[in-house]
Amino acid sequence: MTGSIEVVYRGIFQKTLGQRITRGIVLAAVKEGKVGISFGRYGDSPERNGIPAKSFAVVADNEEDLQTYLSRYEPTDNDVTVVVDDTLCKGVESWAWYGLQPINKLTQPGGVVLTTSMQSPEELLEDCHRKDTEWSLAVLKGIASFSGLWVYKDDHTDVRVLGAIARLAPHVVKLESVEAAIQDEWQDELKVTSARKAYERVETRKVGPDEGNPEKPYEFQLPKWWEMKEGLVIPGIPVKQDVEGWEGGYRPGRNPTFKKFATRTMRPVIDFEICTKCTLCWLQCPDSCFDVTPTGHYDANMEACCGCGVCEAVCPVEKCVTMVNEAAFGDNASQFEMYEKDTDTYKSWLKGKIEDKVTTDRYHGFQLRGKYEEEVQEIIREVTK
Amino acid sequence: MSVSTKAAPVADQEMLISGCAAIAQALRLSDIDVVTAYPIRPYDTVMQAVAKLISNGELDAEYIVAASEHDQFEIVKHASAVGARVFCGSSGVGWMYAMEAIAVTPALRLPMVALVGNRALDDPGAFGCEHNDALCVRDLGWMLTWVDTAQEALDTALIAYRVAEDRRVFLPCAIGADGAFLTHSEVLVKVPNKEKVDQFLPKYDRGDKLLHPDNPITIAPQVNEDWVMEIRKQNDDAMRRARGVIQEAYRDFHKIFGRQGGNPFVESYMAEDADVILFGQGTLSLPVKVGIRKLREQGHKVGFVRLRWLRPFPTPEVQETLSRAKAVGVIDRDYSFGSPNHGAVLYNELRSALYDLPNRPHVISFICGLGGREVTLDSVTEMSEILLKVAKTGKVEQPNYWIGVRG
Repeated sequence: MTGSIEVVYRGIFQKTLGQRITRGIVLAAVKEGKVGISFGRYGDSPERNGIPAKSFAVVADNEEDLQTYLSRYEPTDNDVTVVVDDTLCKGVESWAWYGLQPINKLTQPGGVVLTTSMQSPEELLEDCHRKDTEWSLAVLKGIASFSGLWVYKDDHTDVRVLGAIARLAPHVVKLESVEAAIQDEWQDELKVTSARKAYERVETRKVGPDEGNPEKPYEFQLPKWWEMKEGLVIPGIPVKQDVEGWEGGYRPGRNPTFKKFATRTMRPVIDFEICTKCTLCWLQCPDSCFDVTPTGHYDANMEACCGCGVCEAVCPVEKCVTMVNEAAFGDNASQFEMYEKDTDTYKSWLKGKIEDKVTTDRYHGFQLRGKYEEEVQEIIREVTK
Repeated sequence: MSVSTKAAPVADQEMLISGCAAIAQALRLSDIDVVTAYPIRPYDTVMQAVAKLISNGELDAEYIVAASEHDQFEIVKHASAVGARVFCGSSGVGWMYAMEAIAVTPALRLPMVALVGNRALDDPGAFGCEHNDALCVRDLGWMLTWVDTAQEALDTALIAYRVAEDRRVFLPCAIGADGAFLTHSEVLVKVPNKEKVDQFLPKYDRGDKLLHPDNPITIAPQVNEDWVMEIRKQNDDAMRRARGVIQEAYRDFHKIFGRQGGNPFVESYMAEDADVILFGQGTLSLPVKVGIRKLREQGHKVGFVRLRWLRPFPTPEVQETLSRAKAVGVIDRDYSFGSPNHGAVLYNELRSALYDLPNRPHVISFICGLGGREVTLDSVTEMSEILLKVAKTGKVEQPNYWIGVRG
């Protein structure tokens, strides 16, 4: 019996977390006399802030079965897909994948997507793409862990996920072995408690093929060797795109193939009423994500924004640009179009997004620096009580 | 760069010049745009000769004295990307110091022409000829050719630009020239006039690969494992195409200049009916040919085949010229410690090329003339006798010999 678990995480602040989870699975499996391997996907470049990346754990009854399974580079039918940042449920694009990969793409039929989240399964299903077969969505209550930047701040997310996996896939690892492995690895009774609580508290919901985000994720085929330009030559992207219906305004040319927005964990929302059109956000954005509208406003284009928060940091007008958790949004629609269409609706939408504390709490922005460390003890108290 | 009014020579003329100066003449005739220099023997003779041509007003080119060999190759690499015809060169450890820049050039498909004045790698510090320096690029996508005479050096430099800058190829080309024997000996060389060269060598046109504000492109990106193999395959394809382009270039060269009419890839000397054949590259041709004439006088059917292009390796020509022999001795002016049979580089290349022949000759490895030591007539006789014995008995008692080593 071979089992595999993938952990989808964000670089760099969850890289250690991803590794601790997959290592934990193997250590627990060893307690049951099994063998296993834990590895990260080398091509992911997880040192980059926010980039989606993966760690894997594969366990088997014996070395031969393990080898047979591992003759594939990336496990493609995982028993459990662990998502340690629920904004990844929208799909992931990284250095190593082309187009947007649905979060459940490599979850086997009948398998489980397990995510830490403050959202309800129904809210998460608005993000997770549809799958041809039945699968399950499991939610372990908690915010996206920010444990790994830079010194590891142990928030027990690692052992909580291990506890939940023991519940969801006992054929891979059982709770007793998870507990024993945690005790061996960390000699911390409190962490064992966290795992046990997570085992008890994780909630699962079956998902049918007709449920989930119906959007067809964009994808593209890699070119054949003779289709590529020789000499490592990549044609430049035109500096400007024409926008239908625009007179004036400016939308810069953007790479239509590599969009990168799956890196985003927070997005800027903009109060166009108080914007002074000072140009600073537009100038400073490292991804040239701002479209200049015909009215001279700066509209952060969500196909291009990586969510770095520089715009919020440089904006001289108080509360003009606010970074909000990506989980609060369902699409990449233009904020300025919404604003122009109906100003009042836009203003109340904006207020709602900024004030919605349930979904907006994150620890990833410039203004939140250091905050996570302060709150880790509170988080641990919550998950162990 | 200041240019004097002194006119460049227009008619074909004979000049008493060294191999390096002959290369410099080829650079003048090719009207190169950018040349970089950093001194190391024996290559530096060419850099001095080019400096002289520029200072005499015979060549208008940017002459950049670099801070190191690595800079030397980086500078011309970039100049080539923006459309300049470039030249560069080095020797021994200088070539090694530039290796990072040298290694990236083929994938970028930059048609740089470089001279490697072959020199033993340190340590011990030595000036003499050994081929291991240039051989380091054997597997990297550089075209590699070795020349025998100053005339061949001049002609090959012109051919190298023509082949390297051909759109179907766009690969860098290194010309191996034996340190001292070729680089520093002066002989009479036919220097053609510029009109003929212009007829032979079109302008360097980088087309849609030109790095220029009017042609916005990115080159040399960072990629992951999903792209590298395709890029390597493209280089493989270019190297395969180079073979035909080399043949075309020699054909046209012969038409225009009346020289280089033989086989572009191998020079065959009394090999047609030979029982045993010595095989090698570079200037060892001279003592070997003389030695063979003496052995022929004694009734021994000995021949010589000189490899002119190592990359692309001319497998069909090598098979064709060697298939009738009973034994072939490969003279390597290089070493490859620990390689099969403890033979050297050329030996193992050749053995591999002959493997598919139904009746392949025995192949013996001779390591000879390292560090600038002369390959003497006695050495030629010694090697030939070993081969004749193998041919007679059909047995290889020892696959590898060090020839001319004390002890």
